[in-house]
Amino acid sequence: MTNAPILKLDHLGVTFPNNPVFSDLNLTIRQGEVWSIIGKNGVGKTTLMRTLLHQLRPTQGKVTYLPSVNDVRIGYVPQFRNIDADYPLTIRDFIGLNLTGWKLPWLSAKERVKVQRIIEQTGLTELANRPIGQASGGEKQKAYLAQALVEAPNLLILDESTASLDPVTKTELLDLVTELNQRLNLTVLFVTHDIPMAQKYTHQYLMMTPGKVEQGPISQLTDDKVWEGENV
Amino acid sequence: MFSYEFMRNAFAAGTIIAVICGIMGVFVIARNMSFLTHTLSEIGFSGAAFGVFAGWAPLNGMLLFTVVSSVIVGQLSARSERREAATSAISALFIGMGILFLSLANKNASYATSILFGSVIGISVSDVRQMLWLSLVVLIVVFVLYRFLKFDSFDHTGARVKGLWTNALSITFLVLVALSVSVAAQIVGSLLIFILLTLPAATAKYFAHTVGGMMVLAIALALIGVWSGLTLSYFTNYPVSFFIAAIEAIFYFVALGWQRLQTAE
Repeated sequence: MTNAPILKLDHLGVTFPNNPVFSDLNLTIRQGEVWSIIGKNGVGKTTLMRTLLHQLRPTQGKVTYLPSVNDVRIGYVPQFRNIDADYPLTIRDFIGLNLTGWKLPWLSAKERVKVQRIIEQTGLTELANRPIGQASGGEKQKAYLAQALVEAPNLLILDESTASLDPVTKTELLDLVTELNQRLNLTVLFVTHDIPMAQKYTHQYLMMTPGKVEQGPISQLTDDKVWEGENV
Repeated sequence: MFSYEFMRNAFAAGTIIAVICGIMGVFVIARNMSFLTHTLSEIGFSGAAFGVFAGWAPLNGMLLFTVVSSVIVGQLSARSERREAATSAISALFIGMGILFLSLANKNASYATSILFGSVIGISVSDVRQMLWLSLVVLIVVFVLYRFLKFDSFDHTGARVKGLWTNALSITFLVLVALSVSVAAQIVGSLLIFILLTLPAATAKYFAHTVGGMMVLAIALALIGVWSGLTLSYFTNYPVSFFIAAIEAIFYFVALGWQRLQTAE
């Protein structure tokens, strides 16, 4: 059975003054799918993510989060975050930041359980009380992932979040994402330059090149296509 | 010392100031807004001078100027790359205006000194009451917005992605800082107010393990500075702002040294 669509892009385009970034982008993403968004720097991957996050208004077409999935919640994991190494902000505290709303300043018992569950799921139990500023690159990425997951998203965007990690940590993080995808039917968009990782961990690809967007099952992403995409 | 009414008032006012500055300081440090706080202090000086010129209480002039300008500063400096330059320009303009208003009001240099450096003698019971009300407003708004402010202050990227109204939060926060500046300037003066809004929290960040802990420690450090400063000023007759500045600066340098030792180990 095919999963329900969660996100639909209809003739989507973004143009900055005198600079068309991308245009006529059509895409349907279904629940539980894992997509890699690939393309060289400056091609508009981040612009597309900002459009999906409603931080940028498209100049053409539209983004629709489909009603078949009630209440689409997006978790976003960026590559970098500007967090002072001296802040007394533990990883546990950092994860809890995402639990906002018109509530009391402190977390309720229910919310603390929620945070603890995510800490365990992401393998951060040993590190939970360490200041986030003192964590390693891989530990920070795990904490960013945990923060994105604490509100139980059904769409997770990894925006080059493995780019600065060593191969072992990268694999560890993506294994974790794969496990969450299978267990929670989480939809994942993985923005990356790392083609082997995309081929290993994603189901579909969207390759952005200046003036052209190509998509398909990841098995059809051949080396020729990648070479062509990177040399347009 | 407590047999004098002005000292009782000064201690009451000092306690309110320390609590407000300890709490607000945590967010000021997390948002890297120390320089902006300094500018608001100078705007406070200009406002107080305008109050004197207009025949109002200096606190009311200060409130008017700091609150209005915090909204303008917030709009101008929404983009961090132009924050420094915009802040410097506004700072220069308001110091100049402060001097002009004092000159127009025909007040002498000692009056300017008391606005700039604060005074414990002039604080009345009604001043304390007004400070208490203003502080309650700040505390209630911080309590209601706490989760949003904490998220935006400690993880701005995350807050933006979450879709929090970060620009509105930033302006609201600046208005709260403006209120705190106006309240605290009563004792330490407008020129040195940023001491209490930045140093206790900057010191606390090296010792605390959580944001809540940082807040409690910042309040404690501000209280120690204000109470000791008032006591030393009473017995020596030297300006209270000097003692508060010296105590808070010593705390900060000790914390910095301690942190370096920890890093070296």
